[in-house]
Amino acid sequence: MNYFPEEVLEHIFDFVSSNQDRNAISLVCKTWFKVERESRSRVFVGNCYAVNPSRLIKRFPRLRSLALKGKPHFADFNLVPHDWGAFVYPWIDALSKGCPDLEELRLKRMVVSDDCLELLSKSFPNFKSLVLDSCEGFSTDGLAAIAANCRHLRELDLQENEVDDRKVHWLSCFPETCTSLVSLNFACLRGEVNLASLERLVARSPNLRSLKLNRAVPFETLHKILTKAPQLVDLGTGSFVHDPNSEAYNMLKSAISKCRSVRSLSGFLEVASRCLPVVYPLCSNLTTLNLSYATGINGTDLTKMIRHCRRLQRLWILDCIGDKGLAVVASTCKELEELRVFPSDPYAAGSATVTEEGLVAISGGCPKLHSVLYFCHQMTNAGLISVAKNCPNFVRFRLCILDPIKADPTTGQPLDEGFGAIVQSCKRLRRLSISGLLTDKVFLYIGMYAEQLEMLSVAFAGESDKAMIYVLNGCKKLRKLEIRDCPFGNLALLTDIGKYETMRSLWMSSCEVTLGACKLLARKMPRLNVEIINEKEQGQANLDDDRQRVEKMYLYRTLVGRRKDAPDFVWTL
Amino acid sequence: LFCIILIQKLKHCLGSLIIYILIYRKLKESEQLYMEVSKKEMSYYEDTELRLGLPGADNQPKKRVFFDVNESAFKVKECHGDFVPLKKVQAIGWPPIRSFRKNCLQATKVEYEEVTTIYVKVSMDGAPYLRKIDLRQYKGYKELLKALEDLFQLKADVVFKGSKDYKDNESQYKPTYEDKDGDWMLVGDVPWEMFLNSCRRLRIMKGSEAN
Repeated sequence: MNYFPEEVLEHIFDFVSSNQDRNAISLVCKTWFKVERESRSRVFVGNCYAVNPSRLIKRFPRLRSLALKGKPHFADFNLVPHDWGAFVYPWIDALSKGCPDLEELRLKRMVVSDDCLELLSKSFPNFKSLVLDSCEGFSTDGLAAIAANCRHLRELDLQENEVDDRKVHWLSCFPETCTSLVSLNFACLRGEVNLASLERLVARSPNLRSLKLNRAVPFETLHKILTKAPQLVDLGTGSFVHDPNSEAYNMLKSAISKCRSVRSLSGFLEVASRCLPVVYPLCSNLTTLNLSYATGINGTDLTKMIRHCRRLQRLWILDCIGDKGLAVVASTCKELEELRVFPSDPYAAGSATVTEEGLVAISGGCPKLHSVLYFCHQMTNAGLISVAKNCPNFVRFRLCILDPIKADPTTGQPLDEGFGAIVQSCKRLRRLSISGLLTDKVFLYIGMYAEQLEMLSVAFAGESDKAMIYVLNGCKKLRKLEIRDCPFGNLALLTDIGKYETMRSLWMSSCEVTLGACKLLARKMPRLNVEIINEKEQGQANLDDDRQRVEKMYLYRTLVGRRKDAPDFVWTL
Repeated sequence: LFCIILIQKLKHCLGSLIIYILIYRKLKESEQLYMEVSKKEMSYYEDTELRLGLPGADNQPKKRVFFDVNESAFKVKECHGDFVPLKKVQAIGWPPIRSFRKNCLQATKVEYEEVTTIYVKVSMDGAPYLRKIDLRQYKGYKELLKALEDLFQLKADVVFKGSKDYKDNESQYKPTYEDKDGDWMLVGDVPWEMFLNSCRRLRIMKGSEAN
């Protein structure tokens, strides 16, 4: 390969699209590193503090698409204080100066201000795609800037963000010349949008494939939109409550009959069972169905709808479907690959929901299943062992028993054996979340068998430091480890400090780790940032008392040392 | 075939044995590292080590804790191997559901309940206690009044006789309701939906009083 000119190498590398493979290519030799970096257009940065923007731009001059992740995963559950960081402004600032050809930006768990959005909209003439997932800090003003200034915008995808609604008609800011929209998702917005503008926008976007409306878009508007966009592939409804005998309902029925391309259905934030049958004609072609926000539908009606969905590959649903409903899913959806069952009432104990039976039924009926997120009230070892036997192909397995330390209700035993069976059987498992009553044994199993495991989430589990040591020693591919409320202390933390440079990050909260141990770790490993989040009031915080237990610790590998935007309550040791 | 199984078992045991040895060595190494942490800290460590149970009960093994954040004082609840179920499990950030989703579910849940049930008190003159009914269960006045008759075990058609009829009859019971303004109105004058929106409680008046 060394005798090929660089152009040939570049052409060959064009066929390699996965980031991991390209990273591997760049390690082979200097020439390959050079060719690879000069031709790379898509870059993924899993931790925005691991590297800085100028360094990135210098290495990849042809950067067109950047994906950035900010806060640690547990920020989703309010464990990270509000101002912790992950500000995207420095990135956009640097990119606006060094990378004017940027086309795509995907951000997850970052703080995005309206200024950022405005700068973004004005700095990149070819900008095509903005995806914001679980971000915050911006308002409809920022969205208006994006709509108004990005002339070639193809995708604006807002997933579960906290957006401040300033009552700005941002949707009306799309100019009449904008006809390039392919994907628009504003389901997370709470405020109203100008419906006439919305209809006109849809009418002049012939390439529109994905449209997800918010709750404020009334039922009556839906048929008008569908009539103008029968080519939609991915539809998220707005409000879905209406009288089945009304004119609007009938018009929706006829509009839907012309939508032959819809493969993905979501929304239903506001819905009544009696309105569901109007979408039944779409069900037979659906590959993705997300009813996880539809609290207005009971299990029977959910089941009735799912019976029509024989081609389903992804299903997100609420636990009011019940074990019986899941059995119906198992017998109907033979192509199912991903299932997520969310709790409809997270704090209610004992309401009729799902148990191990539902999961076992699914595992038995859906041979292609590889991704599961399951919230339930109880689980048994026998159930998990069955699941493990039926589905050896799991890539992601996340089980959340709502009562965090619940034992197997039939035997009173911890769930070690069940999870042990999962990791032993599923050799390709990359992501695992465990819950329920668990001793050190489950960690021994994980260390022994979960060879491909990249991310592990642990809560209220284990008995001693040995547990964490098993995992750190055994899981060679571990990248992210997040632990809360477990009795793991300094011994576990300090046993294999070199391991942390092979991982992206480690989160430990409400464990037994002391400040002294964290300081020691930070001293020995200069390429790690060890951050302590201290939420006590001013005056009680004492950096000298090494004995004190650390409430929240987040450490991550980085090439650029401690960050400069850390707030007062975050100490980087 | 037996040999193959035996060899596999031996491989597994060997595997675990190697892991145990490695871990033991690592533990020994890290004990050294651990000792670097100042001696003072070590002696205080026991004092500040988190333990459950009453002071003085020093030899208990560590147990897992979780915190009830609803209590103003900091409370720690014990949880053993044989789990004692607690009435409310509310640690921060548990269950692990995104706030966005939690907020959506709460909002829709509240609305749903508001839309689907309208519970009002029903009193009848002379009856020892009141009842409560869900107005949403009924499609119209006819059903409601029939239900009221059943509720207080009145004879059929005592309350319901059509709007015009019971207005004239003196000795019958008359269904009345208190509206949003606090006024007592005769049931049946306004459209059903309007009634649902304004009715706060019902009272079945004895005919003589109603006149």
